[in-house]
Amino acid sequence: MIVDSIFVSMSVLLFTIIVLAGAFLAGLVGSLTGLGGGVIIIPLLTLVLGVDIHYAIGASIVSVIATSSGSAAAYVKEGITNIRIGMFLEIATTISAVIGAIITVYINPGYIAVIFGCILLFSAAMMVRKKVDHSDDKATGVLANFFKLNGSYPSADGTVKYGVHNVVGGFVMMFVAGIISGLLGIGSGALKVVAMDNIMRLPFKVSTTTSNFMMGVTAAASAIVYLHRGQIDPGIAMPVTLGVLTGATVGSKLLVKTNTDKLKIIFAVVVTFLALQMIYNGLAGKL
Amino acid sequence: MKQTGKHYFADKDIQVILGTLLRVGVIASMLVVFIGAVIYLSGYSREIIDYSVFNPTKTKYSSILAIFQGLMSLDGKAIIQFGTLLLIFTPVTRVVFSIFGFLIERDYLYVLIGVFVLCVILISLSNKLVG
Repeated sequence: MIVDSIFVSMSVLLFTIIVLAGAFLAGLVGSLTGLGGGVIIIPLLTLVLGVDIHYAIGASIVSVIATSSGSAAAYVKEGITNIRIGMFLEIATTISAVIGAIITVYINPGYIAVIFGCILLFSAAMMVRKKVDHSDDKATGVLANFFKLNGSYPSADGTVKYGVHNVVGGFVMMFVAGIISGLLGIGSGALKVVAMDNIMRLPFKVSTTTSNFMMGVTAAASAIVYLHRGQIDPGIAMPVTLGVLTGATVGSKLLVKTNTDKLKIIFAVVVTFLALQMIYNGLAGKL
Repeated sequence: MKQTGKHYFADKDIQVILGTLLRVGVIASMLVVFIGAVIYLSGYSREIIDYSVFNPTKTKYSSILAIFQGLMSLDGKAIIQFGTLLLIFTPVTRVVFSIFGFLIERDYLYVLIGVFVLCVILISLSNKLVG
């Protein structure tokens, strides 16, 4: 590849500056569109800078911990996060994240790129589709009652109560999300939304904040495996984490006063292009 | 009704503590990473990077012990890795605090769930999982 020859003899300083800038943009756009920084920084590192995908995954997972913990800190104080649902589902996501982080090294990097591309396409579709709130306050299942998952959150019109549906289905979907998170080093927010919004039928506010709350622990479980394997290199993880976190912080401040509908559509096109590139390179054995 | 009111109050307290803990953890670890970055860049900035092929033995600091040994010599890379380690353990500490919170609330089912999650993370600390 031509790109390789340009960047192959890059100095540490230049590499750090380029990755910092790229990670800042990834964090900014990731937080504005709700896509997350990890899914953008990995294609950037691998496709543009020719970094091995294993290093890219290691750096990305660290940035996922930083951004999710940072935003969870704000949400949890507002009392919208359902800590019980979070901890209950963490049983599924931590086990599966460790499994994902273990098997990632046995899978051909090309296949990882292909899986990554597919998840990117799915995330892009989830980003532009119209969201429908399925929540209601009918407390139904035996499991939801046993685990005390039904809850309430404060809103402008007083306290809103909600019931949790299909606990088993949500748990299984979270297990899948955890495997993908451990395998690819991303937060896999798109899959968690499916589990929480569509299967367990939580209100948006609760699902977004609770998913964020869980993401840190899930990512930490796989990050430890990556660290021991040498996939977390300080030279890459440093600019990625600092850049993504700064970008995401700026993004969350802008989010309040920006209409992101157009941005999401433009960005869905970009992400689709990146996804196809990842899949193509993966199949061609270039990664 | 008095019981539920009390319950809600305890939950609220835990939420504030957890929120503060997460914020402090992220800020502290990023500060350490930043300090490490300055030292790292002042020492290595002209070196040529090579990340095109994954080499598990290339990163010196791939265990907690190695990171602490590197800290002693004030190596920028080790300081960055230490910051990363602090960041990784921020949500883990959050789990520990949640367990105490549920213990105070006498919600033993969730104490058990928290301990289970913590065990999974402790198991992931084992070097044997790396493959």
